[in-house]
Amino acid sequence: MEVLVAFSIGLMTTCGIFLLLRSRTFPVVVGLTLLSYAVNLFLFASGGLYPDHTTVVDASAPYADPLPQALVLTAIVIGFAMTAFVVILALRARADLGSDHINGSARMKAQIRKRRSPQALKTSKKSTQHTKAQKAKENTP
Amino acid sequence: MSHLITLPILVPMLTGLVMLLPPINTSRTRQRLFAGASLIVQLVLAMALINQATQTPWSFYAMGDWQAPFGIMLMLDRMNALLVMLTSILAFATFLYASAGEDNEGAYFQPLFQFQLMGIQGAFLTGDVFNLFVFFEVLLIASYALLMHGGTKQRTRAGLHYVTLNLVGSALFLFALGILYGTLGTLNMVDMAAKVQHLPEDTAPLVAAGGLLLLVVFGLKAALLPLHFWLPQSYSAAAAPVAALFAIMTKVGLYAIIRIFSLVFGEHAGELAQLAQAWLWPLALLTIAAGILGVLSSQDLRRLVAHLVVISVGSLLAVTSIGNAQALAAVLYYTLHSTLISAALFLLVDMIANQRGKAGSRVVAARPVAQPLALGACFMVAGLSIAGMPPFSGFVGKVMLMQTMPSAGWMLGFWPLALLSGLATLVIFSRAGSTLFWRVHGQATETQGSPKAHWFGMGLLLSASLVLTLWAAELTAYTQVAAQHLMQVDTLIQTLLPLHVPGDLTP
Repeated sequence: MEVLVAFSIGLMTTCGIFLLLRSRTFPVVVGLTLLSYAVNLFLFASGGLYPDHTTVVDASAPYADPLPQALVLTAIVIGFAMTAFVVILALRARADLGSDHINGSARMKAQIRKRRSPQALKTSKKSTQHTKAQKAKENTP
Repeated sequence: MSHLITLPILVPMLTGLVMLLPPINTSRTRQRLFAGASLIVQLVLAMALINQATQTPWSFYAMGDWQAPFGIMLMLDRMNALLVMLTSILAFATFLYASAGEDNEGAYFQPLFQFQLMGIQGAFLTGDVFNLFVFFEVLLIASYALLMHGGTKQRTRAGLHYVTLNLVGSALFLFALGILYGTLGTLNMVDMAAKVQHLPEDTAPLVAAGGLLLLVVFGLKAALLPLHFWLPQSYSAAAAPVAALFAIMTKVGLYAIIRIFSLVFGEHAGELAQLAQAWLWPLALLTIAAGILGVLSSQDLRRLVAHLVVISVGSLLAVTSIGNAQALAAVLYYTLHSTLISAALFLLVDMIANQRGKAGSRVVAARPVAQPLALGACFMVAGLSIAGMPPFSGFVGKVMLMQTMPSAGWMLGFWPLALLSGLATLVIFSRAGSTLFWRVHGQATETQGSPKAHWFGMGLLLSASLVLTLWAAELTAYTQVAAQHLMQVDTLIQTLLPLHVPGDLTP
């Protein structure tokens, strides 16, 4: 079980850090969420993993360390609030800066536009042709 | 048991909450009066705390009367009493400045300001590492909202970076806490200090990893070199009163470094003694160097002041890494100076920018300010003070920092950088000052000067420069005893945990 828990924490941290290093806000937010999941599991495991212990303190039976559970609860609440905040902030940044790049820079925006421009031109041409054809059809009868 | 220690946390929290309720939230004037009254109460409380700290070296407060290693504990000694006082003074002056109209730029400035204070005071007073994390989050979430106050594009961008970085920092903080709890079985700082002294050999590397992760987190808060890139951007983007209040935020990181690495991983920590020194010393020196380069390259006054904050953080951390009583005493004195003067500079730069109209805080030839004589005099005093020139507090502080170097090797590292930073500050201030006040043309766009509240707020902070010089003897006497108390880890453990048996590792 230790191996499984350690592996899943490691995997989530890896994915979280990979996503954090992306340049768009959405992957970064997802990365932060994954990282906070990994942290929660890690904190939970810090009290030791005992499959046969009860979770609620009972003097007659061996019980698991109750403190990490309290710590994880606190961490979950705080992490949840922070994620909500950062999502709203990312939306605001998208609206204010006109780009969902993490730097929100105008240069990046121009580059993106340039990269997309041939396609964008094609689609707009198609649509104009389409409308022309439609208009022609409408005009013929 | 006296409840006094909890009050610096409870008063701002209740003030913030009451301010959101009907009779007060509807009118800005009522909010200001209420916040002002509360801040005066907080000043009185801080004085009471200092009084208590001078009488007993350590006071403890067990939350909910859960006894020490098990429950959450608040702890008061001379160091954090002084920092609570510093925060209250800074908050009062910043509040005066903001009540001239800056608090009207966005909703909820005053309540957020109080929540921010609650987080800062809580972080200073707590004696439990997990509780420190919680108060960090309280002060951070308030600071996220304050940074965006009066939102502009720069603020949104700076805010996004600041929030993301600090969320990663929080995740690392929790990883560190998990490691430390898993190995030491406690989160109470004093109990941790007791347990670290008798670590079995196989867990020592894990504890060291946990401790160094904490250093990364606190380094991020304090703006240590590879983690300082967020600071100039966010401090120069924030509204002036917010930036001035944030001057204490890097000091929260510094305080956490001093607390953890002098108490838990200090001289007494056995195998892990002076854990942070090998990392802190070179990185702090590089931070000063980065700050000097930043100061020399700033084209904008706000950015200039933000880089000055980086320099002061670097100097403070470099001396902190020495880790003896004399060094920590000097650090405490310099903390007072650098916090108050950099806050004063943030406010002063904002006043100058407001009076210059379009040119704002950019260092370019433009129209003159409306009150050149008064602003110029203040600018000169602040510049001389932050550069460390004689009649002002920066000089006393810097001399004390430089005297603490224990040997020639340390001197060779610190002295050139400390002196160069002073020179760079002087050069850049003369250049900026002559451009701002002498290379002017045309008429002032603003005929009216700054509002009186601005002058009071900024003047209060700037006068600290003289006060800190005049009462330097009393203050250093206080900080020296404070630093000696920080070194008496064994006495502290015996005071709090008389039942502690050395070598006992059962959680």
